[in-house]
Amino acid sequence: MARHCDDFTRSEALRHGIAQAGRGLRPIEAGMPTPAGTGLTRRSLMLRGAAAGLTVYGASKLMPEALEAGIAEAASGPAQPVLVSVFLPGGVDGLSVLAPTGDERFASLRPTLRIARGAGKAFTEDDRLEWTPAADALRVLHSEGKVSVIPAIGYDHPDQSHFTSRHFWEVGATDVQGRFGWLGRYLDQHGSADNPLQGLSLDSNLSPALAAGGVPVAAVDDPQDFGLWAPGVWGGVEDPLFSAIGALGTLPTEDGALRAARRVATQVDSIRRSLGPLQAVAGKPAFTAPVTYADNRFARRLSSLAAMLDAGLPLRAVTLDAPGNYDTHSGQASTLADDLRESCEALLAFQRDLEHRGLAGRVLTLVWSEFGRRPRQNADGTDHGAAGVGFVVGNRAGGRMLGEFPGLAKLDEHGNLRSTFDFRSLYCGLLEQWFGVDAGPIIPGAAGFARPALLS
Amino acid sequence: MAFLLRKAKAKPKLKKKLTPAQKKALAKKKAAAAAAKRKAAAKKAAAKKAAAKKKAAAAAAAKKKAAGGAAPIAVTDTLPAPPPATIPAPVPAAPAPQRTVDFGRPQAERLLWRAGFGPRPGDVDRLVAMGLDAAVRSLVYPQGGASLVGPAPRDEQGQPLAPNDVWGHDGVWWLDRMVRSDQPLVERMTLLWHDWFATSRDKVGSAQLMLDQNALLRRHALGSFADLLRDVTRDPAMLSFLDGIDNRVGSPNENYAREVMELFTLGAGRGAYSEDDVRELARAFTGFRADWRDGVGLTNFRFDAARHDNGNKTVFGRTGNWGVDDGWRLCLEHPLHASFVVQKLWSAFIPQAPDAGTVAALAQAYVGSGHQIAPVVEAILKHPDLYYGERMVKAPVVFIAGLLRETGRSVDTDAWAWLMRLAGQQLFFPPSVAGWDESRWLDTSSWRGRWYAAAFVLRTTVADGKTYSATETPEEAVDAALAFLGSPTLTPEMRAAVVDSARSMLAGGVPNWGQASYRAVRQNGLRMLIATCSDHQTC
Repeated sequence: MARHCDDFTRSEALRHGIAQAGRGLRPIEAGMPTPAGTGLTRRSLMLRGAAAGLTVYGASKLMPEALEAGIAEAASGPAQPVLVSVFLPGGVDGLSVLAPTGDERFASLRPTLRIARGAGKAFTEDDRLEWTPAADALRVLHSEGKVSVIPAIGYDHPDQSHFTSRHFWEVGATDVQGRFGWLGRYLDQHGSADNPLQGLSLDSNLSPALAAGGVPVAAVDDPQDFGLWAPGVWGGVEDPLFSAIGALGTLPTEDGALRAARRVATQVDSIRRSLGPLQAVAGKPAFTAPVTYADNRFARRLSSLAAMLDAGLPLRAVTLDAPGNYDTHSGQASTLADDLRESCEALLAFQRDLEHRGLAGRVLTLVWSEFGRRPRQNADGTDHGAAGVGFVVGNRAGGRMLGEFPGLAKLDEHGNLRSTFDFRSLYCGLLEQWFGVDAGPIIPGAAGFARPALLS
Repeated sequence: MAFLLRKAKAKPKLKKKLTPAQKKALAKKKAAAAAAKRKAAAKKAAAKKAAAKKKAAAAAAAKKKAAGGAAPIAVTDTLPAPPPATIPAPVPAAPAPQRTVDFGRPQAERLLWRAGFGPRPGDVDRLVAMGLDAAVRSLVYPQGGASLVGPAPRDEQGQPLAPNDVWGHDGVWWLDRMVRSDQPLVERMTLLWHDWFATSRDKVGSAQLMLDQNALLRRHALGSFADLLRDVTRDPAMLSFLDGIDNRVGSPNENYAREVMELFTLGAGRGAYSEDDVRELARAFTGFRADWRDGVGLTNFRFDAARHDNGNKTVFGRTGNWGVDDGWRLCLEHPLHASFVVQKLWSAFIPQAPDAGTVAALAQAYVGSGHQIAPVVEAILKHPDLYYGERMVKAPVVFIAGLLRETGRSVDTDAWAWLMRLAGQQLFFPPSVAGWDESRWLDTSSWRGRWYAAAFVLRTTVADGKTYSATETPEEAVDAALAFLGSPTLTPEMRAAVVDSARSMLAGGVPNWGQASYRAVRQNGLRMLIATCSDHQTC
């Protein structure tokens, strides 16, 4: 079992706590930023029936009916490009994804945590690097020209706190005070006032990257877990039972509490009726994925995402976390490969799914982590580093390396990999080339960042 | 608590309705009352001073011990609350009620839900037979320690719960007490104090500190508010949650001092205290500390006299070298404290605000008894407003514990941990220091949690089609489902609508071979429908 640093565990706990508590939590280190989106008003409603909890954020004035109408209207418009942001939590070790087996310092920096030259397959754009076998699924997509590799992504004056660095990536600025996510700002300026599905976290909580100031966004934990379920109820009794929920809600009453409880029942029923392309019917899943996914939560979420897009749900920016914990301070060898393999194989299945459904031209997936890890290993793990690895996956991804691998000969003053590509360059490129909007009002200092061609 | 959130946001509605003349009169009356109270307070303070002089040495030593000793901080007592030494004479419902309570089944049901976690089979009839006064007193003054009736709680694998170690088991452990305790009001008050002195494990971190605090709240559940506040003030979970351990001379942290006034004893927006009072009171609470140990967390909570501010502090216009125990006592002696406590207690049991006479009578019962909680709760539970006023939405854990009690199901799975969370109330994790927002218990997402909870309660006892009646009518089916759930009273319109639903469930036709099995399926559907209907989500 790999051990993770207290900072990571505590920052995860604190982040979770703040999102719920709103106030009263002290910073665990001086100057620790508040996660974007803290204090957003929250409104919950249901996506199709009583099981699929869709939590809508930032729509306190909208009635559920308005949201449904907004979703329906957005769904009837032209199909929009979709960006999927996949986060590898904890700071993934880039040198264990694309291993610099051709760099002469690699063996001395990584006496035990390295693959031997030739153990993986060659990275065709830089012969110093090799794909680690655990990331072979990405290599397959790269060989098809569907992955742009960023071998050393980061920013100047890198911060090695999980919390702070992740926050920078989430708000799209090296600004501890940022309260809104970079995707949230995009939606604020170019999104819809009443379609919460435009920004969707496939998680129980909203990703801070999607925290918006004015438009509704949403989180849904498991889109496949929907449909009402009642023990011992089946066949022709099911439908009348579920319909009765709404019928009982319409009963008039003078009592305030009864009225509130009945109103919620009618809302449950109304959403169950109006949003339903994904609902399981009579115990059978609502859709069968055209490809085989592994049986894990990340794969299930990606499979649901493909089905939601295929069903025409109006999604634009989607966030989810990859499986695993990449904060591998110790015992790195015992967990990293499995976590990485699970993540990469699900991404490959997702890409194949989109291709089967004819959606591959409309979806781009960004894969990122808050930082890379230190090139020089400790006893059996690696500590927090600076530049890390990132990927853009999709049929429209340029398939060309962005930036370059800086080599292990000249590390920064802390012994960390130097960044050769700023994450904000990537954000600006995605906003301008993929979404077709001006990055200037969204990414602070946008004009100062390079704009490499991202798309094919 | 909702009551406070309303207070904090808006001025009391009462003020808006007053005419200018009335306002003037009220202000005058208030000023006079305040002056009288100040006089009385000064007199009291002088008397106290004299008394204190007499036994200066002893008092100083005692105070030092109370404020600084390690013993009062380390709260490890998990014994059930001892019975009160003497049971006070019955408190009449205050003021003399305009209408008497006709205490029948619906009234007994409401009492059991508001002052506990709903009825177990037989409870309603038992209380009806006792009559209102005896029924209320049996709840408010339980005899002896609490017994937990029924099988001990188990997780999904049949193992005992591990509240210290396994995620969610802390809350399930408490849920089990709510289900099984034969002193339901003690558990309900413990929940109320958890909401009142809301402390979240999210920040505290340690399950043990939270469980220790839980024992503290239970120990004082129906006892003295002064004792409760004294112990909460030095409770490690609270010291951690509201930064008491970061509050030191020269570098005060106002977090606890502010909340003790705003949320615990006086209320915001009532003119009870100023920002200066917050700053000065914080200095009185200085001195607590703890150590951080990796892998353990905060530990070794203690009072360190060297970190206490020994200067004079002026709180509510009273100046002295106030210590920790002076700090909370000053709040208790504040003229606006009693009215705050009784109204906040009232709002936990009755949704509409009490009239002025009732507030005054309750405050009298509170102050007159030396800050005892039981007489106030007794008077509230006997008040006609509880029985004839509007309904309340059941809190999620009350709803879930109640379903388990109604159906005789014991805690035999730890699924309740995520079900309670899904329903919107994760015990030991209130959303903020203001507790849960009771005005927002129901939304479509938490409704799902309640539906799922009901499904989990009912799934082990589904009606069996092989043995079920093949001739049951819709009316009979509804009666059977109601009986299964302990015969809760439905409004007439709800009962009629449920019967209609029962009819519609088999409207699609029933094959001859399926007369019994279809009716069993209908029965299962009706149990879900009744368990989750608005009438059963409220009480």
